[in-house]
Amino acid sequence: MKIDPIHQFNIEPLFTIGHIGNQTIAFTNSSLYMFLSVAVISLLMIGGMAGRQLVPGRLQSIAEISYEFVASTIRSTAGAEGMKFFPLIFSLFMFICISNLIGIIPYTFTVSSHIIVTAALAFLVFFTVLIYGIYKNGFKFFKIFVPSGVPIYILPLVMFIEILSFFLRPVSHSVRLFANMLAGHIALKVFAGFVAMLGVSLGAVGWIGGVLPLALTVALTALELLVAFLQAYVFAILTCIYLNDAIHPGH
Amino acid sequence: MAEKSHGTGAHTGADGGHGGGFPPFESSTFASQLVSLVIAFVALYVIVSRIALPRVESVIDARQNAIEGDLAAAQKLKDESDAALKAYEAELASARSRAQAIGNETREKLNAAAEAERKTLEDQLATKLAAAEKQIAATREAAMSNVRGIAADAAGAIVQRLTGVLPDKKTVSKAVDASLKG
Repeated sequence: MKIDPIHQFNIEPLFTIGHIGNQTIAFTNSSLYMFLSVAVISLLMIGGMAGRQLVPGRLQSIAEISYEFVASTIRSTAGAEGMKFFPLIFSLFMFICISNLIGIIPYTFTVSSHIIVTAALAFLVFFTVLIYGIYKNGFKFFKIFVPSGVPIYILPLVMFIEILSFFLRPVSHSVRLFANMLAGHIALKVFAGFVAMLGVSLGAVGWIGGVLPLALTVALTALELLVAFLQAYVFAILTCIYLNDAIHPGH
Repeated sequence: MAEKSHGTGAHTGADGGHGGGFPPFESSTFASQLVSLVIAFVALYVIVSRIALPRVESVIDARQNAIEGDLAAAQKLKDESDAALKAYEAELASARSRAQAIGNETREKLNAAAEAERKTLEDQLATKLAAAEKQIAATREAAMSNVRGIAADAAGAIVQRLTGVLPDKKTVSKAVDASLKG
């Protein structure tokens, strides 16, 4: 019995869609789970609201709560003007949250455990902030690099730090989500693997001893449920904070 | 991609080659993932912004309106019931005062009637009493005159028997009068 905690992150091509240059574009297990997440979200948000009931049922409650949750997050961090980006932030939050939650189910694939996916989403946010900020505020957008009330002799240093942190945002934004999902799933797999490994190598004593890592696996699964939601929330709230810079530059 | 399946077969904790390494850093899969992600995310964005969010918003708005409408209706009904209660109380108060007025009036009327009746009764009794007294006086007078006649006759007879002389009628009646008075 071998433990291979990395195997779960393998990208398996299911069929080929086409070619771009000499790159083969395949429909992979990752693609499958991306579209599955989109389907689940659509089902929840459209199917759940199909009743349009005055007193919501369970599914409609979930749909409405997610709407209200994201809306209040935007209003509290980016103000009423941030509601322009409501569909974007809602899509980001729901996509990450649902794909993470699907990923906790054993034998599934976690879309956001790949840096390319989280980086793509982070750069989407980064360029949205950059383009909207310059479009809306023009040259004044660059005031976010020049904090007011800083003595002139340390201003160059502060500006350097501000600019560096601005351009490092997509890195931290994407790596945080990617690393959390990756590490969580590896830990889960390792502890779950211990149960089988103990049982196979030590027999009856091992199976009894395996209770401990099993309990840890259960606890870790609960933790991962929290992390799956929390990372989606963190991603969404950071998006709001970055967009707030674009809407109201010059903090 | 074919060499990737060896991960389960051979025990290779540290993969040597770049091709069969850590899956998230395998750049050959990036293009496929990016294309899928773009398609999936754009589809999600369109579904969310065109269909899902407006629908949720309309339901939430409808609920908000329904709640506000219900509250307004409840407030209106409460105002109406307050007004009705006030009207009822005013009506009750006026009815009570009217009842009191009617009661007072009736009592006064009855008192006056009773008083009048009593007065006429008293008057009647007074006249009857006066008539009775007059009759008594007349009867006594008559009786007195009868008594005087009898006394005079008796006195005359007594004197005649005692003296044998019939006394003068005038003197007898004068003496009787004097003794009646005394």
